[in-house]
Amino acid sequence: MLRLEGITKIFGGLTALENVSFSIKKGEITGIIGPNGAGKTTLFNIISGIYGITFGDIFLDGEKISRFSPEKLALRGLVRTFQNIELFSQMTVLENVMVGLHTKSKSGIFSCAFKLPCHLKEERLIREKALSLLEFNGIADVADMIAANLPFGKGRLLEIARAMALDPSIILMDEPAAGLNNRETAKLAEIILQLKKSGVTVVLVEHDMELVMEICDSLVVLDLGRMLATGTPLEIQENQAVITAYLGQE
Amino acid sequence: MMNVLVFVGINTILAVALNLLLGYAGQISLGHAAFFGLGAYISGVLTVTYGLNSWISMFIAATATGILAFILGFPILKLKGHYLAMATLGFGIIVYIVFNETVALTGGPSGLSGIPNLGIASLTFDSDIKNYYLVWLFALISIFLSLNLADSRIGRALRAIHDSEVAARGMGVNVRLLKVQIFALSALLSAVAGSLYAHTMTFISPASFGFNFSVELVTMVIIGGLGSIYGSFLGAALLTLLPEILRAFQDYDIIVYGLLLILMTMFMPGGLVRGVPGILLSLRPARKQGREY
Repeated sequence: MLRLEGITKIFGGLTALENVSFSIKKGEITGIIGPNGAGKTTLFNIISGIYGITFGDIFLDGEKISRFSPEKLALRGLVRTFQNIELFSQMTVLENVMVGLHTKSKSGIFSCAFKLPCHLKEERLIREKALSLLEFNGIADVADMIAANLPFGKGRLLEIARAMALDPSIILMDEPAAGLNNRETAKLAEIILQLKKSGVTVVLVEHDMELVMEICDSLVVLDLGRMLATGTPLEIQENQAVITAYLGQE
Repeated sequence: MMNVLVFVGINTILAVALNLLLGYAGQISLGHAAFFGLGAYISGVLTVTYGLNSWISMFIAATATGILAFILGFPILKLKGHYLAMATLGFGIIVYIVFNETVALTGGPSGLSGIPNLGIASLTFDSDIKNYYLVWLFALISIFLSLNLADSRIGRALRAIHDSEVAARGMGVNVRLLKVQIFALSALLSAVAGSLYAHTMTFISPASFGFNFSVELVTMVIIGGLGSIYGSFLGAALLTLLPEILRAFQDYDIIVYGLLLILMTMFMPGGLVRGVPGILLSLRPARKQGREY
């Protein structure tokens, strides 16, 4: 589904990622783990088109997407969530999800300004779809709240609901469990497994090892910008190089 | 008085136009007086020098200004924040200089006079009262269209850009194109206002389209309330009427004017449209409590 070939990213004199290559299988949940500063978020920013690549290529379903802009990737079905949730803070919860449905609607400036019938019909469909997504994520009760006033945990769920609005084939989640309490994390795990069930490929960067070991089908371990290991959660737990990177050497 | 209300109408169109860009998309322009001026001058020159029909001139003025803004928008809207402010400021100054220096075309600093009124069949909009209805018809249409636009996927996408550009792009919003489109639309509406101004005043000079007026437009939008179409009307009305009311203070009017603006931004940071209801609401429970004790 998603294939990375020799990704290298250099910021000035700092090599943030060095020759990272791995593939992600369709319909699986893949976790990217590693100590702080390993380059996990940088890797996400590269895949989602926010940073340019210094060397290497990325393929999505065989198509080379290395130089695609985030908006183009969104149209290809690749969306992401952010480590420090990036909501549209001055808009309501419902409107946030409706923006996620932007690419599913077509009305231009002209038909919007004149409220043409086709636009009104589209608008009604968007609203219904957005509401059902909020229900799926268990936040329909706060639909009319301004996003900035949401408690953190619900903000996370909203960000996922918004990403789901694009009907993606692959979702990248940057530390989705960070700052969530146990109940919220359980809800998150449930949502991610639901996504998998409906055929969406999920990639997560996560520090919550319990969650990662529980839901991920395979793991990629990064350390200091290099790839340390890949494998199933069980294999990774046994991997000596990984243990050394996390705990240090005796 | 009618004369002032005509100005309120024109300024409302301008404030609404700028609000689409500044309040919704969150992109500053310190050069909007230039688009207003381009509308006025293109309309004026086409009718006075080339004898074109006023309505056709207005149409050409609006379209040409919109296209110019669209072309200009691509490079200029790559800039953000202070840099965008600087670039639009520079554009405004260039246009202002062109109005002043191309004497053969625009009449230079002494202005362009004898611009014909607009008219339909035998009706000519040549008095303040007629112009009042004409200008307000246009103002209401721009308010109506802007309200619709704000409450649509385009309006939501604009506000999304305002809140988080990176997330908006991640949602598949073509941020760059949308910014340019709204910039062009805003310029086009401003040019319509300019054209109306030229045909109602029948005389224009560069002084009306300088940097000061660009700043005044931004002030109208902010005082009225960013991201509120009704707020733009309130801001335009207040800033147009206030100098007339403050005449009572004679030489001190400008000091009172400045003080009022400072106080309003301090106590109503969300603008008149949110501030006034807010203050009323905060007074109400206090009164209730007073009654109980």
